[in-house]
Amino acid sequence: MTKPKLLLVDDEEEFVDTLAERLHLRGFQVLTATDGEGALRLIEKELPQVVVLDVMMPGQGGLEVLQQIKTRTPRIPVILLTGHGATADGIEGMRLGAYDYLVKPINIDELIKKMLEAVST
Amino acid sequence: MTLKNWKERFDEGFFLHADDNSPARYRILRRNIIILMILITIIPLTIMAVINQYEYERSIKDEIVNPLRTLTSKTKHSFELFMEERLAIVRSIASLYSIEDLSDQKTLSRIFRVLLNEYCCLIDLGLIDTKGIQLSYTGPYDLLGKNYSQQDWFQEVVVKGVYISDVFMGYRQFPHIAIAILRRAEEGRSWILRATIDTSKFDDLIASMGISPDSDAFLINREMILQTPSRFYGKVLDHCPLSFPTGNYGAIVVEEVDPQGREMLVAYAPFAKSDYALVLVKPRSKILQSWYTLRSKMFLFFVISVVMIILVVFKLTDTVVKRVQEADERREFAFREMEHTQKLSSIGRLAAGVAHEINNPMAIINEKAGLMKDLVSYKSQFLEKEKFLELTDVILQSVERCRTITHRLLGFARRMEVKFEVLDVNELLKEVLDFLEKEYLYRNIDIRLQLAEDLPRISSDTGQLQQVFMNVLSNALSAVEAEGYVSITTWDEDLDTIGVSIQDNGCGMSEETLRHIFEPFFTTKKGYGTGLGLAITYGIVKKLGGDLKVQSYEGHGTTFTVYLKKKTNN
Repeated sequence: MTKPKLLLVDDEEEFVDTLAERLHLRGFQVLTATDGEGALRLIEKELPQVVVLDVMMPGQGGLEVLQQIKTRTPRIPVILLTGHGATADGIEGMRLGAYDYLVKPINIDELIKKMLEAVST
Repeated sequence: MTLKNWKERFDEGFFLHADDNSPARYRILRRNIIILMILITIIPLTIMAVINQYEYERSIKDEIVNPLRTLTSKTKHSFELFMEERLAIVRSIASLYSIEDLSDQKTLSRIFRVLLNEYCCLIDLGLIDTKGIQLSYTGPYDLLGKNYSQQDWFQEVVVKGVYISDVFMGYRQFPHIAIAILRRAEEGRSWILRATIDTSKFDDLIASMGISPDSDAFLINREMILQTPSRFYGKVLDHCPLSFPTGNYGAIVVEEVDPQGREMLVAYAPFAKSDYALVLVKPRSKILQSWYTLRSKMFLFFVISVVMIILVVFKLTDTVVKRVQEADERREFAFREMEHTQKLSSIGRLAAGVAHEINNPMAIINEKAGLMKDLVSYKSQFLEKEKFLELTDVILQSVERCRTITHRLLGFARRMEVKFEVLDVNELLKEVLDFLEKEYLYRNIDIRLQLAEDLPRISSDTGQLQQVFMNVLSNALSAVEAEGYVSITTWDEDLDTIGVSIQDNGCGMSEETLRHIFEPFFTTKKGYGTGLGLAITYGIVKKLGGDLKVQSYEGHGTTFTVYLKKKTNN
């Protein structure tokens, strides 16, 4: 199975870079963005197969970005990362069209599993 | 001790202090209310009763005493009239006839016979000269020539010109009175006309008063000698044992105790022109009977009123004070409860903030450690690869632990929506036990199930109840030693509630611990507990509308009791 091209969006640069490197090690083509605008630009330009989006971001929040992604490119699946315990934001995100959500700190194997699932559907 | 000290002591004993919550406060409150209420009810009642009594007594006495006085006065007038009449006859005869006529025995007898026809009660008539010699006489006795010069009455009539004697026993042992008139003729010769009157008429006059058998009426003279027979106080000429005020004030009524010891009302009417007085005696108790009856009724009424007031005041005050006490206790309880909730919620908010802030650095640590591990395992021929992987694994495990903690913290702070469904608590308990099976089987802990078979199904949230029982049961399991027991009981508490108790015979808790067990971050499991389990449990049970009670004896074990509503409120 070909490793999909993915976009990581999180305001914590350290987090994004490290996770990107780890995914890259596993053979993924990883794009990164640290805010909503950058993310949207990259999506338009690069057309990733899946987006991993942090909900809690300064400026444009994750859910807002999600809505824009869903209006512009509704076919790209989005996996949310939430800082909150579980339900509220995650469920709200699912309602807005997210494929699934994961709770930070994440398990990388779980993330990969979810991404592959999202891409294959 | 000075006055000021006394005042302070009084104030302390009598008045309430707002900050004082001891039982004494309610005792003082109760006492003050009772004293105040009794005073403001009984004082006016007593004043009213006393005034009433006084007014009634006065008017009733007037009503009874006045007729007595009137009757006595009227009869006295009859007596005076009678006497006046007899005196007038004697005076007329003395004026109409000369001494010569009267000295003639025949003329005197004729006059006497005429008088006897017209006026009753005359016994005899006689003429006496100034030397005291009886000149003529007509009557039943032979008194002719008798010398009266040495007798008192003769002296008096010579001086005053008129004389009415006291009653005396005549020769026939009948009470009489004598009337004598001195006549001064123009030529200087004086003479005295004397008549004797039978006092049987007195008895008639007294009889005409129509007095009752327990009363008495009689005439007395100034020396207290009875002039007419008395029913209770002796015969004619006996000394009357009653005493009267001296002087002449018209008819008066006095109260007196007679020699028989009876309380009597005595009406006393002295005659104006003679030394007599008419006396009417009535037993006081008889006269004032109606008043005594009324008075005793009034007294009874008063006593009953007072007793009822006191009873009602006591009962009422008890109720009021009890209500106040209950209200105070409820208020205090509500305050404590609110304080507790406040504490939990503020700690919860703080925890949520901390958890959230920690999550991001944790995520970074997680990824960095993960990358380190990846680098080592994917690429390098690192010399101490094994050791390195071990270290990164420990970091990742620690991150995992932090994650658990922050998640639970956030879970505690979050106000989750509750999903209600109808569920069987017995089933739920068994499921939870399945999760814990490994632990209790391994440690050989005896699980004693006493589940009510007919326990009604309740409407509640399965996931949250699972968490509740999971928390309480894990606590129980960790409290008991190997070979100990945990017993789980369910029952139908009342119409709205079921109860679940989880009892262990483990180490128990001290009172200090017991006070804090529902507070977040309070833990006795040093090193590995988050201190959130019971705080979350408590929060969930409260949110589901239930209650959580705990009883514990250090060294003997702990009992958690969960009360759950059968139906949701909304």
